[in-house]
Amino acid sequence: MKYFILVWAGLWRKPLRTILTLLSISVAFLLYGTLHGVTSSFDDAIDQMSDTRLRVQSRVNIIESLPIAYLPQIEALPGVDGVGFYQILLAYYQEPRNAVQVGAVGIDRFLDVYPEIVVPEEQVEAMRRTRSGALVGRDLAEARGWNIGDRVTFRSQVFTHADGSDAWDFDVVGIYEFSEEFGDFAAQEVYVNFDYFDESRVQGSGMVLLYFVAVDSPERAAEVARRIDALFENSTFPTQTLNEKDWVRSQIQRVGDIDFFVNAIIGAVFFTLLFLTGNTMWQSVRERIPELAVLKTYGFGNATIVGLVAAESLLLCVTAAGIALAGAASFFPQIFRSMGIGGIPLPASVIALGIAIGVLLAIVSALPPAWLAQRLNVVDALARR
Amino acid sequence: MTALVTIRDVDKGYVRGKQRVEVLTGINLEVEAGEFLAIMGPSGSGKTTLLNLIGGLDKCDRGAVMVAGERLDKLSSGKLAKWRARHVGFVFQFYNLLPVLSAERNVEVPLLLTKLSGRQRKRNVRAALELVGLGERAKHKPGELSGGQQQRVGIARALVSDPTLLICDEPTGDLDRESSESVLELLELLNRDHGKTIIMVTHDPRAAEHASRLLYVDKGVLSAEPLDSAA
Repeated sequence: MKYFILVWAGLWRKPLRTILTLLSISVAFLLYGTLHGVTSSFDDAIDQMSDTRLRVQSRVNIIESLPIAYLPQIEALPGVDGVGFYQILLAYYQEPRNAVQVGAVGIDRFLDVYPEIVVPEEQVEAMRRTRSGALVGRDLAEARGWNIGDRVTFRSQVFTHADGSDAWDFDVVGIYEFSEEFGDFAAQEVYVNFDYFDESRVQGSGMVLLYFVAVDSPERAAEVARRIDALFENSTFPTQTLNEKDWVRSQIQRVGDIDFFVNAIIGAVFFTLLFLTGNTMWQSVRERIPELAVLKTYGFGNATIVGLVAAESLLLCVTAAGIALAGAASFFPQIFRSMGIGGIPLPASVIALGIAIGVLLAIVSALPPAWLAQRLNVVDALARR
Repeated sequence: MTALVTIRDVDKGYVRGKQRVEVLTGINLEVEAGEFLAIMGPSGSGKTTLLNLIGGLDKCDRGAVMVAGERLDKLSSGKLAKWRARHVGFVFQFYNLLPVLSAERNVEVPLLLTKLSGRQRKRNVRAALELVGLGERAKHKPGELSGGQQQRVGIARALVSDPTLLICDEPTGDLDRESSESVLELLELLNRDHGKTIIMVTHDPRAAEHASRLLYVDKGVLSAEPLDSAA
């Protein structure tokens, strides 16, 4: 600790250079924290998903529908605890840019399969009684200022009434949220009664986009999935059944190999950063050769000199990484809120890995200048040779 | 009196490019504890090389260098570093202060290698700065001090760990007449009143007058008289 003053002095010998290097490293780690945080959060969120829930979709592609008539056949399979279904309206509120995820469901079945959705019983009852009823996620309701008793109109980009109107009116009868154990996910969807929607729409009547199947144990999930797909293998609408985790992964993979892109970007940034910090440290040590020679003259050994250079590099890199990761951690939840997924915190694993990368960067950057300082010939350095 | 420095038949040369240059040949020297020795000679004569051998910064090619009871030519570089920290204070021509640190922090540098507590270090630094007359400038950085004051800080740094030997390489070489005189008077005071053994290299005859003994180095040979007058 008593050597800290020498480390500090070395760092601030050229303040502008130190600040610019600090900023460069910080920007790189901010990028790392944000990008790697997003992919890690996806992984964490997926890991939180249920092992005992399956999703059944069309084998052709995700936008193809399946007959509602499949429901009793799936329900009759051994190991199935419950079956829900879901049809998306592809709706927006007032303007196309205000997309709202509105799903038509059989409310009791849906809530049975998704126990993490919490709604007061009287509001569920109101939903059963009101054909045009809608359960609105608390975050969405608060953002839009919607309350129970309000009538909201969505426009669907696909589904119309018989008269050609694309406007769908619903009465808000309940506000749902997620149970605390489920995590900090934003409740942003709207659930409406499937029967009301299905009877009024012209397109795709009697069809649903997805089935949600609750199985009685995780060990039976794969077997049940196989049986469901086997059941409809030779039908007009073959199915593909995945557990919830694999289903979400497959949806993310549809965008592309996000992990690969993120790792490639971060790798390139850190590779460049290594040269930047290495060059800065090299220059900094070269400029201070006479000063280091004085330290050696006064009895500072090679190990101490190498330690000073390494500590300087560590202080620079780890401070910059710390500042950047603290910044990323503070605004990271906002990114997810803006995506409507909730205020997910930056995973601790991302912060820990970031600090470890900072330490590694510091050590690798310090190696050449430390070698230079260690090999320094005092007599030549004092003679400015 | 006992000899603090004993040099016997020392040769020292360097390889510069493809050529070997003999810098010192057959050097013999004894310096008593409490002496103030000045070594004069023209540039390139080998006086700084001799100082480096005595200060344990370099090793001789042949012969023996014994300082404060230790054969320096037999010590490893690690042991030499520890020996320097314990026994030698260096004063340089260009002060060689760390520009970002205050005067007191610069003076503290050699004490960082000791086991003294922070409070003890501060006390010793304060005493050293008072001794060189810069107690009031402790918080000033080198850039805020004159050349003479910077050299006084350099002397305080050399003194602070109470070394056996003070080695001064052209301590007034970068100073004006007035500052030089003041620095030399300080060295004289340290030798006279505090019993410090000082070996100073200079090519300024006026600086050498402050020493109790004067030797000359020319063409790698040490003598009591200048080479040209001896001839």
